[in-house]
Amino acid sequence: MSEPDPAADASASTEGGPSLDGRLQSFVGLSTGPTHRAPDPVNLPMIRHWIEAMGDRNPVYVDEEAARAAGFAGIIAPPTMLQAWIMRGLRTSQEADEARARGVETPGSPNDQLMAVLDEAGFTSVVATNCDQHYERPLVPGDRLEATSTIDAVSGEKKTGLGVGHFITTRLEFTDQDDQVVATMLFRILKFRPRPPAGSREAAAAPGTQSTLQAPPAERPKRPRPALTQDNSFFFEGARQHKLLIQRCAECGTLRHPPRPSCANCRSFDWDTVTASGRGTIYSYVVNHYPQVPAFDYPLVVALVELEEGTRLVANVSGITPDTVAIGTAVQVGFEAFDDVLTLPVFRPVVASAASGDASGETRKS
Amino acid sequence: MSDARHSFTGNTAIVGIGATEFSKESGRSELRLAVEAVDLALRDAGIEPGEVDGMVTFSSDTNPEIEIARSLGMGELTFFSRIHYGGGAGCATIQQAAMAVQSGVADVVVCYRAFNERSGNRFGAGVQNRPPAPNAETANFAWYAPFGLLTPAQWVAMAAQRYLHVTGATSEDLGRVAVADRKHAATNPKAWFYEKPITLEEHQASRWIVEPLHLLDCCQETDGGQALVVTSLERARDLPGTPVVIEAAAQGAGPGQEMMTSYYYDDLCGLGEMASVARQLWQTSGLSPADIQTAVLYDHFTPYVLYQLEELGFCGKGEAKDFVKDGNIELGGGLPINTHGGQLGEAYLHGMNGIAEGVRQVRGSSVNQVPDVHHALVTAGTGVPTSGLILGVDR
Ligand SMILES: [Zn+2]
Repeated sequence: MSEPDPAADASASTEGGPSLDGRLQSFVGLSTGPTHRAPDPVNLPMIRHWIEAMGDRNPVYVDEEAARAAGFAGIIAPPTMLQAWIMRGLRTSQEADEARARGVETPGSPNDQLMAVLDEAGFTSVVATNCDQHYERPLVPGDRLEATSTIDAVSGEKKTGLGVGHFITTRLEFTDQDDQVVATMLFRILKFRPRPPAGSREAAAAPGTQSTLQAPPAERPKRPRPALTQDNSFFFEGARQHKLLIQRCAECGTLRHPPRPSCANCRSFDWDTVTASGRGTIYSYVVNHYPQVPAFDYPLVVALVELEEGTRLVANVSGITPDTVAIGTAVQVGFEAFDDVLTLPVFRPVVASAASGDASGETRKS
Repeated sequence: MSDARHSFTGNTAIVGIGATEFSKESGRSELRLAVEAVDLALRDAGIEPGEVDGMVTFSSDTNPEIEIARSLGMGELTFFSRIHYGGGAGCATIQQAAMAVQSGVADVVVCYRAFNERSGNRFGAGVQNRPPAPNAETANFAWYAPFGLLTPAQWVAMAAQRYLHVTGATSEDLGRVAVADRKHAATNPKAWFYEKPITLEEHQASRWIVEPLHLLDCCQETDGGQALVVTSLERARDLPGTPVVIEAAAQGAGPGQEMMTSYYYDDLCGLGEMASVARQLWQTSGLSPADIQTAVLYDHFTPYVLYQLEELGFCGKGEAKDFVKDGNIELGGGLPINTHGGQLGEAYLHGMNGIAEGVRQVRGSSVNQVPDVHHALVTAGTGVPTSGLILGVDR
């Protein structure tokens, strides 16, 4: 199966024009792309790999006599191998990935275009929900398969445990060397708008369907942990207490961040900390698009904040978008607990009318 | 610090270069790539493996000196040294070799770097939920990784955003570096992007990796190996090839230096490490920017090429955006840079392939030869403690 690329270029979509639903429905019935031709005929060695990997001990897949005793003409292939026979292989996938990485834009198939339309509309995440296979006859060694796939259905907007999204059903029809249909498959994915973390994570799968149900994504992975040493751990301890601490030389009072063991100004090894006011400005920033690490929401704004005390630190900014973030924006610190261990400062823009208010402004995640 | 003439200056030379093909999947071990590159460099030099007594590489290289020595039948090694700070090590390997030769510690030193950076362990690939073992290097990432600032592109972009803001340079000015590199790669058969030039429009249309960097602002990833051979100029003159004289070689770390994240000092519009290297290169060589016919400027990401043009004095502070206009850094321009295609176009070999191009330009054997090259300047990775070289013809 070709996996939709969440980062697929959205340039193929049209500007303005009909409603999203109208645009989505216009894809129904279109071929998703070229015909998949099995690179090899159905064969015993690959069957053997499959059943060993799957731990399937049914003898009809490898033993002629057992197969005949079970009423078949000879060995048959495991039915669920259906899709394996038309897989395009690792190298082709890698080459496609590399072409994309080099910025080579391939003419988008209807499937690519559909994904791009959904990406553009903010439905950037994807999860496979379910897959139904219907078999006309068992496959036997020597069968040479082809598969055509069409976009079978695109649902209206649905609320699911993962977030709001659209189900897309793809129908694959498998034919043999005599152009006879040997199997059909319905494969359904959910393209959804990722919700902020927390809350329930019910499976988005439609109930009552048979076979290869894929698990919904696990709980959100944790943010990378800081490596803590005797020199830097005070900062993260402070953050847990919702204090933004700056290391200060106990001798000459020079502030320093990132922390280090001694003062470059007077060479004293004695230090304490001061609690910053939390007021600062965005000195620089980036908007991360790629790679996308599951612990973060993208596009991700990361800022270099210059505190009014004079030191700078890197942190995230909430209440700001890639379009509104700007160098020079006045920000105020808050704190966010990302898991039961890691609490980090998160800045937010200072709203002009509230600028004279409480300086300790904390934001809490619901 | 002494800015008097370094004793190796003008007395040592690069006499051999060798490289594997540059690919995305070498299909061979990193050690084999290293051995192939060293073998080719020694053949190029006309020096037998048994004469090699010194080796220098990066601390991040996985190929032990003794493995290469055994593989090629080298004898005793009397000098081996490794340089830290990733791509910043490149030109410093040559400096180490030159110092060893000049001091008499070794006679023939091989510098090498080989990796399967694309098909094997890719840089910046690993992010784990467990905290890394705490030490000063891993603790440094505590200020970035938990906030999602995880990759070299992101670290460079933070400085670049400020640079664009302060200088008024634009993404298109960054794109001009990529266009020049890819133009040069397009006529270099060894380059991954051979016959694949890009336009400024394609640069602008390529997807964001991390704003303000597009995909085409970022260098590629490569499998391959590159080696170079250093010996005394005296010995070099007895070898079959044309000696390429080491006219200057320097390492530098700036005040407030951090590893890719020097965000806390100064205005993010300079590279303290390159300022240090530049000052040493000019003072120890007695040369000035006007004496340089071509340069290989480390181009892991386009913004730092603009910074380097300024730090090296090819133009004034904040003026690189004007310097790179109108093809000035392309073949035929005032200062053609990265004539092999750079790391955006030829290969990402941690800058070692760039030193080889500097050697070819001085020899007069580049596929994109600049006319009348007397002095070529080469730099190593920036944003980190770095190094640089001036290579010249033997007079
Ligand atoms: Zn002090």
